[in-house]
Amino acid sequence: MPAIFTPKVITANALIEGDVVYLTQDDTWSRHLADADVLTDEADAQIRLIDASARTSEVVGVYLADVSPGKSGPEPTHFREAFRMRGPSNYPHGKQSEVF
Amino acid sequence: MYRYTDFDAAFVAERNAQFRAQVERRIDGSLTEDEFKPLRLMNGLYLQLHAYMLRVAIPYGTLNSAQMRQLAYIAERWDKGYGHFTTRQNIQFNWPQLRDVPDMLDALAEVQMHAIQTSGDTIRNVTADHFAGAAADEIADPRPVAELIRQWSTDHPEFQFLPRKFKIAVTGSPNDRAVTKAHDIGLRMVRNDAGEPGFEVIVGGGLGRTPMIGKVVRDFLPETDLLPYLEAVVSVWNLLGRRDNKYKSRIKITVHEHGIDDIRARVEERFALLRPAFTGVDQQLFAQIKADFAPPAFADRDTGPFDRAYANDPVFRSWADTNLSAHRAPGHAIAQISLKAHGATPGDATADQMRVMADLAERYGHDELRISHEQNVVLPHVHKADLPAIHAALKAAGLATANIGKISDIIACPGMDYCALATARSIPIAQEIATRFDQLKLEHEVGDLKIKISGCINACGHHHVGHIGILGLDRAGVENYQITLGGDHTETAAIGQRTGPGFSADEIVPAIERIVDTYLSERLSADETFIDTFRRVGMTPFKTALYGESDKKQKAA
Repeated sequence: MPAIFTPKVITANALIEGDVVYLTQDDTWSRHLADADVLTDEADAQIRLIDASARTSEVVGVYLADVSPGKSGPEPTHFREAFRMRGPSNYPHGKQSEVF
Repeated sequence: MYRYTDFDAAFVAERNAQFRAQVERRIDGSLTEDEFKPLRLMNGLYLQLHAYMLRVAIPYGTLNSAQMRQLAYIAERWDKGYGHFTTRQNIQFNWPQLRDVPDMLDALAEVQMHAIQTSGDTIRNVTADHFAGAAADEIADPRPVAELIRQWSTDHPEFQFLPRKFKIAVTGSPNDRAVTKAHDIGLRMVRNDAGEPGFEVIVGGGLGRTPMIGKVVRDFLPETDLLPYLEAVVSVWNLLGRRDNKYKSRIKITVHEHGIDDIRARVEERFALLRPAFTGVDQQLFAQIKADFAPPAFADRDTGPFDRAYANDPVFRSWADTNLSAHRAPGHAIAQISLKAHGATPGDATADQMRVMADLAERYGHDELRISHEQNVVLPHVHKADLPAIHAALKAAGLATANIGKISDIIACPGMDYCALATARSIPIAQEIATRFDQLKLEHEVGDLKIKISGCINACGHHHVGHIGILGLDRAGVENYQITLGGDHTETAAIGQRTGPGFSADEIVPAIERIVDTYLSERLSADETFIDTFRRVGMTPFKTALYGESDKKQKAA
């Protein structure tokens, strides 16, 4: 039996700034996970991933990351994605320092 | 200190111009990421978790004040006002933007620094004893050797596409402070029975996924044979080394698979071929380089100010007892500046702190600074009479922590707070351990104890050779920390043994506390260090303290 497809978002790092970005429903890149398009269909996710990976002049290292639905949009299920969403834990740098 | 020749300056300028054009072509879309990645890595530029990271070489850990000030300038101009000193005598800037990196490299070139070969499958920054040229126990200064190797290895046409990265360390002292036995090649400067200078050549050491202690491939290599012999070792590995599997590509695996005797025979055969090609130009160059490292003129002065401060100021006395080491010149000392304030990030210095250290080096320290692989800064040549003033200036800058070699002087890699390869965080664990033992006021009671933390199996935090090693892993989506005990990074190098199942992030600090409590109750006296006690009593009492008497490992992860 194939594994159940868990909800995912498409994420990458921005080419110039290097920071974490997420693919939105209208195929723009957002700095915030809350804006990300949550993909629940595997075939759709794979096609969106291929298309996003081709945008090499905008982003680097495109991949699918697991999320779970939360009150204000998708939330990371793995701690690595939680750090990518927030920034490092030793200084208030990265996304956590930005005004949402 | 070595000064760039016109050739060096032109080479670095040309590389920087090339990289500037490569960055422009990446941004305008002419280069794909697959094409650009090896180019940026050759210039020390990584893409990490939250941003790009630029790794800058500090060759053999030596800096002058102008260089340190320029690092401070770069940190403020293009980064977030700080830099991170690493376990291989590099500095990393964690937040540059791609389009600024060419300007950062030009700013580095202004002070004769670069980021060339700080990444990629090349011969990396050559490291050396951070007490080089200053230590009382030293046979010879290893830095001219390291500089010669840097010049030979930089852009060496045969060694730009090696099976994997290649790391060389040099020590000129019998007390190994350069971790030579955990490098691809470790060089120990020695003299033979006739008193001639040469090297003991150690090959195939390394940490990471498969930790290995290096093996002696040549017990005495005459000084004049160094470069052809190194070229023989690297070229033998370049052919034999496995390119099919990156986890088996390092020379430690090649040595392990073929055996040291087979490798030695191949190296000697290759060396016989290569030796005649080195006609002595290398030795002329070496002689010029040596002249650049002539020791400074050490003044003969009264140490009265030191003696009075030592007698009257307990804070100064504690710092002097902990952070000073014996210097070869009378009246002088080597002063270590701890970048491990309790609760701070190991190895980080702010731009302001960098400028304070630069000022102190310029005013009191013959304009020299060193970076240690233990992520601290060293003033290698200071007169004891100046130490009270130095200490006061350090204290005002938050740099006077008296903990060198103690439990809070922790090596920690950036871990998952920054690194794209990490499987768990390292920095918060280091911060919590340091803060906890500071609260307990146990640090000086515990004495010499090296804790080293890595946030993944690649072991940048040298956990295998820590007296207590901590390895952060991802166990089913949760951070989990394995402990090893009994590692040793010195001339008696040893790989630590795993205690058993790992601990969660909440459990790891209490676990370290139980280990330290066990040491304190087991040691014969305050003079028996942690590592000596461990060697005497073995793993059993520590295991019992961690997991209880029963073999049922309740704490199993």
